[in-house]
Amino acid sequence: MSDHEYTPKSNFGKWFNDRLPLLTLANHLTDYPTPKNLNYWWTFGGILTFCLVTQIVTGLVLAMHYIAHADMAFDSVEHIMRDVNYGWLIRYIHANGASMFFLAVYIHIFRSLFYGSYKAPREIIWIIGIIIYLLMMAAAFMGYVLPWGQMSFWGATVITNLFSAIPLVGEGIVTWLWGGYSVDNPTLTRFFTLHYLIPFLILGLVVLHIWALHVPGNNNPIGIDVKKPSKDTVPFHPYIVIKDAFALLMFMIVFAFFVFYTPNILGHADNYIEANPLVTPAHIVPEWYLLPFYAILRSVPDKLLGVIAMLSAIFILAALPWLDTSKIRSAVFRPIYRQFYWILVADVLILGYVGAMPAEGLYLLIARVATAYYFLHFLVILPILGFKERTLPIPLSITEPVLGGSSNLAAVRDDSRLEKLK
Amino acid sequence: MSEKKTERRDFLFTATAAVGAVGVGATVWPMIDQMNPDASVKALASTEVDVSSVNPGKTITVLWRGKPVFIRRRTQDEINEAKAVKLEDLKHPEKDEDRAKNPEWLVMLGVCTHLGCVPLDQKGDYNGWFCPCHGSHYDISGRIRKGPAPTNMEIPKYEFVNANTIKIG
Repeated sequence: MSDHEYTPKSNFGKWFNDRLPLLTLANHLTDYPTPKNLNYWWTFGGILTFCLVTQIVTGLVLAMHYIAHADMAFDSVEHIMRDVNYGWLIRYIHANGASMFFLAVYIHIFRSLFYGSYKAPREIIWIIGIIIYLLMMAAAFMGYVLPWGQMSFWGATVITNLFSAIPLVGEGIVTWLWGGYSVDNPTLTRFFTLHYLIPFLILGLVVLHIWALHVPGNNNPIGIDVKKPSKDTVPFHPYIVIKDAFALLMFMIVFAFFVFYTPNILGHADNYIEANPLVTPAHIVPEWYLLPFYAILRSVPDKLLGVIAMLSAIFILAALPWLDTSKIRSAVFRPIYRQFYWILVADVLILGYVGAMPAEGLYLLIARVATAYYFLHFLVILPILGFKERTLPIPLSITEPVLGGSSNLAAVRDDSRLEKLK
Repeated sequence: MSEKKTERRDFLFTATAAVGAVGVGATVWPMIDQMNPDASVKALASTEVDVSSVNPGKTITVLWRGKPVFIRRRTQDEINEAKAVKLEDLKHPEKDEDRAKNPEWLVMLGVCTHLGCVPLDQKGDYNGWFCPCHGSHYDISGRIRKGPAPTNMEIPKYEFVNANTIKIG
């Protein structure tokens, strides 16, 4: 961003830009050189920005009608659904928007895992991303508590009780979080405050995330360093803008399907029963996007170790740039890693599935195997693979395989030649 | 560094930092402590319950400080069963006599010690309580027998005000 020379054309533009270089920033964002081979997996950054803005706008509107009080919250949500003009629409967008946000973020994260986007020099982008992901989980969890239904109440009870696993100070921390001796009105009001705050923290981190991205520039599907600007890059506007816009449109079709046709399919029927501190629902499960971590929590038979395992499963991601020892970024040139990558995807999906099932019998066994594999992938397979794997030769530039007729990319696409290389 | 002589300015820096730290601490603490239970929450510290209508073999659930309290009037069979359990078999060894001073009445917090769900009455493998959230089994004395919960269900402070009334808290 620093080495950017730009002079506005108009006199007013010059006058303004000398005092606040916003036009330089706008010019940087439009001209920003982007690798020309970015595929549709790279459109989820834009989609996520859309999700964040949607949640903030619909959330602001909901807050105009919602009442954060244990006696009134449940009724005020029903009031939004039945009485407020278009209240049903705004709430369904907000509730399903959370799920869409997580759907997009998981694709975004797994895209990074496949193409090695977390590796040097992009570690800070990655770590900021993990912090955003953590804040998203906190915001989603607290937002789910606000309607004050049975799942809200018991979800809040179980999650806050995770802190009681901490030796000595655990109970004190839980009481402090609750502002009482159980989840009650003080808990609800502070969750509402924090739920309102966190999206703006995320917004600030998104700015840092993009800023850090614009220093080295985008990674790309073949994972090589790209000289920019060069024949390997195109300006962000209009090339990437139009591609992002098209992908966003496709995404919005999926979003609209959930909002208009199955607005409650991702929720739980129990949450339409008002919170009752005397009765726990027979089967409590978190929202789908937290299920893999929930499965890890339940797969460990010890309370403290279960909590540690669950938190480690998230924090281990922050160490990923150093756990993955391979110098090659893209899985396109890592035949063995590519297979482990898909095993990991399956492993996380399995964890998500068993997280929704009762923690007993075969489900518990599967959860334990899948939990063990999850840690094995990050702590053993990735560090060793970086040294042992025979990677395929990488092209020198994005253009080379096309214009120069290099055999490298052709080899990747042609399975029979791939066999010979092994 | 070690050869550098301590000057008046170093003293001033240290003193300023120390006073600043105390000031920041004194300002931050009220912001943190305001989240702890307030006076009105603490004021609801005790509840009196009339138990005259509870028949043997039945449990009533009352709310105390926002949490459910189970009051079970145990049958003689249940008392015998609770007393017969060997302490070696327990994850959190406690004698039944220590948990129920009057063996007929078991008064305990109906909160699973794992993650705080309310266990279900007369369910599970030990004829006591079963937590539906993560599968902890408790016996008829409320002691943890199987599952992820680390300790027995808690016994609150309580006393019999008279033959029919229990004061919890």
